[in-house]
Amino acid sequence: MNLPFSKHTLDNGLDVLLHEDRTCPIVAVNLWYHVGSKNERPGKTGFAHLFEHLMFEGSEHHDRGYFHPLQAAGASLNGSTNADRTNYWEVVPANALELALWMESDRMGYLLPALTEAKFSNQRDVVLNERRQNYENRPYGLASMAILAGLFPPDHPYHWTTIGEIADLHAVQLEEVQAFFRRYYHPANASLAIAGDIDPEAALSLARAYFGDIAPGPRAEPVAAAATLGGDSRLLLEDRVELPRLYMSWLSPAMFAPEDADLDLAADLLANGKTSRLYRRLVFEERIATDVSSGQNSREIAGFFQVTATAAPGHTLGEIEAVVLDEISRLVDLGPTDDEMERGRVQAEAQFVYRLQTVGGFGGKSDQLNAYNVFVGDPGYFERDLMRYETVTPASMRAAVDRYVRRAPRMTLSIVPRGRINLAIADSSAAVVS
Amino acid sequence: MTTISVDRSRLPDPGAARPFTFPSIDKSVLSNGLKVWSVRHAAVPIVSYMLLVRSGSSSDPEGKEGLAAIAADMLDEGSGERSAIGMHEALARIGAQFDTDIGADAALLSITTLAKCADRGLQLLADMVARPSLTEADFTRVRQLRLHRLTQLRDVPGAVADRTFMRLLYGSHPYGHTPMGSEESVATLSVDDVRLFHADVIRPDTATLIAVGDCDHAEIVRLAADAFEGWHGPDDLQVVDAPAGRGLATPAATSRLVVVSRPGAPQSELRIGHVAVARSTPDYHALVAANMVLGGQFVSRINLNLREDKGLTYGARTSFDFRKLPGPFALQVSVQTVATARAIEESIGEIAAIRGPRPVTDDELSLGIAALTRGYARNFETAEQVARAATQIALYDLPDDYFVQFVPRVERITTADVTRAAAAHLNPERLLTLVVGDLDVIAKDLEQLGLGQPVVLSAESL
Repeated sequence: MNLPFSKHTLDNGLDVLLHEDRTCPIVAVNLWYHVGSKNERPGKTGFAHLFEHLMFEGSEHHDRGYFHPLQAAGASLNGSTNADRTNYWEVVPANALELALWMESDRMGYLLPALTEAKFSNQRDVVLNERRQNYENRPYGLASMAILAGLFPPDHPYHWTTIGEIADLHAVQLEEVQAFFRRYYHPANASLAIAGDIDPEAALSLARAYFGDIAPGPRAEPVAAAATLGGDSRLLLEDRVELPRLYMSWLSPAMFAPEDADLDLAADLLANGKTSRLYRRLVFEERIATDVSSGQNSREIAGFFQVTATAAPGHTLGEIEAVVLDEISRLVDLGPTDDEMERGRVQAEAQFVYRLQTVGGFGGKSDQLNAYNVFVGDPGYFERDLMRYETVTPASMRAAVDRYVRRAPRMTLSIVPRGRINLAIADSSAAVVS
Repeated sequence: MTTISVDRSRLPDPGAARPFTFPSIDKSVLSNGLKVWSVRHAAVPIVSYMLLVRSGSSSDPEGKEGLAAIAADMLDEGSGERSAIGMHEALARIGAQFDTDIGADAALLSITTLAKCADRGLQLLADMVARPSLTEADFTRVRQLRLHRLTQLRDVPGAVADRTFMRLLYGSHPYGHTPMGSEESVATLSVDDVRLFHADVIRPDTATLIAVGDCDHAEIVRLAADAFEGWHGPDDLQVVDAPAGRGLATPAATSRLVVVSRPGAPQSELRIGHVAVARSTPDYHALVAANMVLGGQFVSRINLNLREDKGLTYGARTSFDFRKLPGPFALQVSVQTVATARAIEESIGEIAAIRGPRPVTDDELSLGIAALTRGYARNFETAEQVARAATQIALYDLPDDYFVQFVPRVERITTADVTRAAAAHLNPERLLTLVVGDLDVIAKDLEQLGLGQPVVLSAESL
């Protein structure tokens, strides 16, 4: 199992990754910019994501919406922003590859002449509505804001969510957006993957022709920041919900760092799926929770390990917390069983294969190549990535969970129905989200 | 290397797309009546199995809404020697993903697994579908979880809107509830209901097993015959093919504007629509094209109006839900509270306009057709996509070359076809508008819409 590719770096610094797969007559164009909300500053949050919206509103040589010509060619397209990167992709019929490259290169090289105050203010309204829809008007929707703010100090770039703070979105000026573009949206800070029904040489020629003339911008300095939790902390948030929910979070290693895979497998073993320890105990046997999940949320410069569970009516978050802590201790003391280790490895392998099913879109092969290229500098990291999971041992998992979870300070968030703050974990103080 | 000249004065013309072909479907029938279809798709060493049961939530008896969904939910709770947890350990050991998908007309039970585990995957699917344990203890737990979920959904605006909208459109008709049912109906369900439903409805003689992967048809048939051996339906071979009884849809709402109050909500969740048309309509392709122009894609009239022009929403879309019996046409959108009435007015205006006052133009139609046809191959990239497509053929009795014919058929559609179909199947006078939002803030504006006094439903009455 592998993901064959070739990598070419153009003179202006743009990485071009090519993967040929002729099974379906489609091509994925996937472009990553190594910029996300962690490149923002306090008071200027939400910038990277708002900018992503503007990238669909037209460029100098096509000063109209980007969806129209691409949908007319049979493409599906989208973009997304997270803390560490912004990506744009099209999946087009094989004959429309050149169109997709024309458009991606035009907005990389020639966006600013077409960027107007009117587009800017319209998309700010759209983003404010995206925020209302996905955060403010959604049960438990503000949890991520409270958790990130509670885990990372105010000047740490993971302190805020990608959607940004309302006040910042209102305050942002067009000139700031232009400066942001010049700094981060250029070939030397980007990686282009083309995957699917292509002749790699012809695709490379097209990429050179369309992107080769775009000037590189300033080198983007890596973001560095440290985070430590001085001790345990407890926060609460009142929300329009029926059942209280508990979020327990710990700082953990960054993506691909040592022990990241250990914690990833530990999260699965603890709380993902019906075979997991916490599901069995909390939902299946004791029935004090209605759901439970866990994740090692690893990002480029730091991570956080998380367990989330919703209380069943008549039960408290305190009962859940005690069981979670007990199971974490039991995992450290006794380790995983052979059967659990085997299932974890098989499932990891299966997930890797499932990810090879599509050439494009979020999580398809082109996205995967770019992720490896941008974060570890090697698009061929696929097999080594899988090896990270295959080399986890019961001892290494126990050590990782002990160090980063059992013995580490944790941030606990209770989300409770409005007016019922007595349902939160004792001694919690109100979280401030904006 | 040839030099490519870049011309930024015009967009490159992609030219003609390669003709699309859908792989052939091999078909057999087992002695118990189970249809076994297979499609070869060898891109990745993965096999996708889907078992289509031609009954869904519209088969729920009156007062037992949610039964089909909870019955499907009980299938993975153990079989034979395997407990509920044991079943999931077996699935995890082969890295398989099991899913249930309950719609109004059908239930789809699927397993995706690595090709090297294909036979074990099929055996597990058969154990779950044909021989589930269905114990009282497991049922009590599953029902309790379902009730907790329904409790939580009271606070999810989209879920409240979907459920209320279907009830208002269809009343006690089999389409008048969502597959989850209600807290009230689910609370009345017993394990015997599930056992009866399983025996009567999940039966081989009306089901189709679809396998997609690098698989040999004869081998799949042999494996299936083995795995599903001993599975029989009830003796009467009566085939219930469409929701029975309880009459065709009559609008259940007497008012055209209904509000479910959600005090303080920063957005209003809207549904605007009416009962429309069945999957079997000869206007199917014309309506699919009309919907592309109206609200079925990013560059549709309604999304461009509400989002790109006015910034009132993160996105709006319309759809015809084509079912065995006439399904709903609906606009779904979440808009900022202060803009609620304006969004409703604009949306109803767009729906009315496309029927004639502002008919679909040549440019709009060619864009809609191109978007539907040029990238059609994208829809059949993975084994799961191909399997899902085959379930459409099985469920709606479509010809095997349906997907191959889709492109030429859509390409023949004219603006006259689209306008006629829109006029025939969209009726602004019958549109029902449902708002889940902050009544205090929007009440005054709503009164100005000319849709009559809004009927206010309390959260408790749902």
